[in-house]
Amino acid sequence: MPADVLDTAVGFARTLRASGVAASTDRVQRFVESLDALDPRRREDVYWAGRVTFCASPDDLARYDRAFAAYFDREPLPRPPRQAATPPPVSTVASAAPGADDGGDDDVDAVAEASRAEVLRHQDLGRLDAAGRAEVARLVALLDMPAEHRRTRRREPARRGRVDQAATVRQLLRHGGEPVVLRYHRQRRRPRRVVILADVSGSMSSYSESLVRFAHAAARRRAARVEVFTIGTRLTRVTRELTRRDPNEALAATGAAVPDWSGGTRLGERLKEFLDVWGQRGMARGAVVVILSDGWERDDPALLGQQMARLGRLAHKVVWANPRKARPGYAPLAGGMAAALPHVDDFVEGHSLAALERLARVVAGIQRTHQRRR
Amino acid sequence: MNHDDRGLLPDGVATPADLSAQLERLGYLPDTGLATACFLALRLHRPLFLEGDAGVGKTSIAHTLAELLDAALVRLQCYEGIDASQALYDWDFPRQLLHLRAAEAGGVTDPEQLEAELFDRRFLLARPLLQAIETSPSVLLIDEVDRADDEFEAFLLEVLSDFSVSIPELGTVKAATPPVVVVTSNRTREVHDALKRRCYYHWVDHPDFAREVAIVRSRVPAAAQRLVEQVTTTVQGLRERDLHKPPGVAETLDWTEALVALGATELEPDTATATLGSLLKYREDQERAYGDVTALVREAAGGRG
Repeated sequence: MPADVLDTAVGFARTLRASGVAASTDRVQRFVESLDALDPRRREDVYWAGRVTFCASPDDLARYDRAFAAYFDREPLPRPPRQAATPPPVSTVASAAPGADDGGDDDVDAVAEASRAEVLRHQDLGRLDAAGRAEVARLVALLDMPAEHRRTRRREPARRGRVDQAATVRQLLRHGGEPVVLRYHRQRRRPRRVVILADVSGSMSSYSESLVRFAHAAARRRAARVEVFTIGTRLTRVTRELTRRDPNEALAATGAAVPDWSGGTRLGERLKEFLDVWGQRGMARGAVVVILSDGWERDDPALLGQQMARLGRLAHKVVWANPRKARPGYAPLAGGMAAALPHVDDFVEGHSLAALERLARVVAGIQRTHQRRR
Repeated sequence: MNHDDRGLLPDGVATPADLSAQLERLGYLPDTGLATACFLALRLHRPLFLEGDAGVGKTSIAHTLAELLDAALVRLQCYEGIDASQALYDWDFPRQLLHLRAAEAGGVTDPEQLEAELFDRRFLLARPLLQAIETSPSVLLIDEVDRADDEFEAFLLEVLSDFSVSIPELGTVKAATPPVVVVTSNRTREVHDALKRRCYYHWVDHPDFAREVAIVRSRVPAAAQRLVEQVTTTVQGLRERDLHKPPGVAETLDWTEALVALGATELEPDTATATLGSLLKYREDQERAYGDVTALVREAAGGRG
């Protein structure tokens, strides 16, 4: 292998990394191997050898093309766009001890503490002061979030169920053909996937922080696979950002990843985007889909209705949590919500901690609200 | 054949262009990227990982490669909950039990001999992965790997890394020549990078106009050139539209076949809308495309008429 090919490969890999393609060492090695099998003097061969070795998803393809042009045609690599959007409203929460930031309450006895927590549980999240928000943030992080189960094809040993022929015969053979004990197995149950779509548009701004915290608490449970998206002017997948353990860090990372915090929203269009890119391919299939939104649709609600119908057909269950539902005199008559409602299995509140606890139980299938179909 | 230098490349293939020509002779028209990826996969003996929309020809490349190499095609269709006993091997318990009873009735008493007999190769059910390892040459198609769980991916990774299977009762089975592996994914979920890193990754796109016309011409020879061009123009136009499931090449072929079966030599709005079911598989898409198709068909007919 001529040294200049190796140098070129290493240099190209560096450019690739700068533009966001994970060009690991073993991939560089395979790139060099591939060039050796092809004609490294031909531009086309170099292009494809690199593309099939370095790329790992369609998202990589555009980055690869940019890096290729930058390295081999000396075109300037565009700087990665910096986050210009306003930072999310992260309240600096002291995640340490409860009540650490309200020094005057040292002498509060347990009863008062409990009743304060109870009051807090039912308070509207949009109207909390800083201390209340911090307390709620702490409590949300502790929310217990069990997941609904589905049966899989796999089986696992059990005390009761169907006779496990294979295990029984193995046992039998071990004892020279003497019938010993019957072994049983049953279908294994696994938690259903949960997909959370959180509206972070301006009309939801007083709730979005708590709702993203709720999503974080759900995503951190290892029991179920949880996917989280934010809906605003754009659809952003924040599942990875929310894998961080610390709720504040996760919230900050989410804020950095979401360019349109407190912007406008087009629910119908974004939902369509979710279904086209992710949902229909499998993410929504058989999943419990939770939409956290006030259903405020600026565009034609017909599109939202259509997309909700589509979602309803794919998903196992669609839960809609609307913080405005708790307001006195609220009726889901306004455009978007009215169009979506016929396709929603459970329509719940979501304005307070107690409501979020209830939402968690509804997601787990422990509690149901009366709603439509099936 | 010199393995070190040529890998599994068939005779007379020295460049991706040669391979492309050979595949074309068998009726598969790859673009440069796919031809290069296949070339490297054969030459350097690594799995090919193909991603793309449904119906763009991910599965059929495996069939064509098998035909080209004169190798057996072994297909492993993945699904949720698939496990080793469905992918690798399983013991045929009912037959083992029968054998045991028969041996007892025949008065065999030596347990060691009996056990050796019970775990004989003839009681082993080879599932696709073991089949592919035992058959050589072979092309192993691991279809829709994104449907399997991620535990299965880890297991797959293990098998793909050394192409040998150790069966405790029998010993290790190793492939004489490792199979050519084609892994496909529809991207319903992100496949783990460890698996992708082992493979040549290629994103299979919808073909351009000229290529699609050529594909349809070679697969449906009975169709008139004019019809094929009009059909392709219409389908490519529909892909630009906002549909739940944009039609793939497979659908273009289905549609052309349907039209040929109806005796069409030219695309007309009536026959086109009547056969739309072979092209668009969602009711919403059909409804939305109804007007579009008529316009596109007129355009296609007018543009070249």
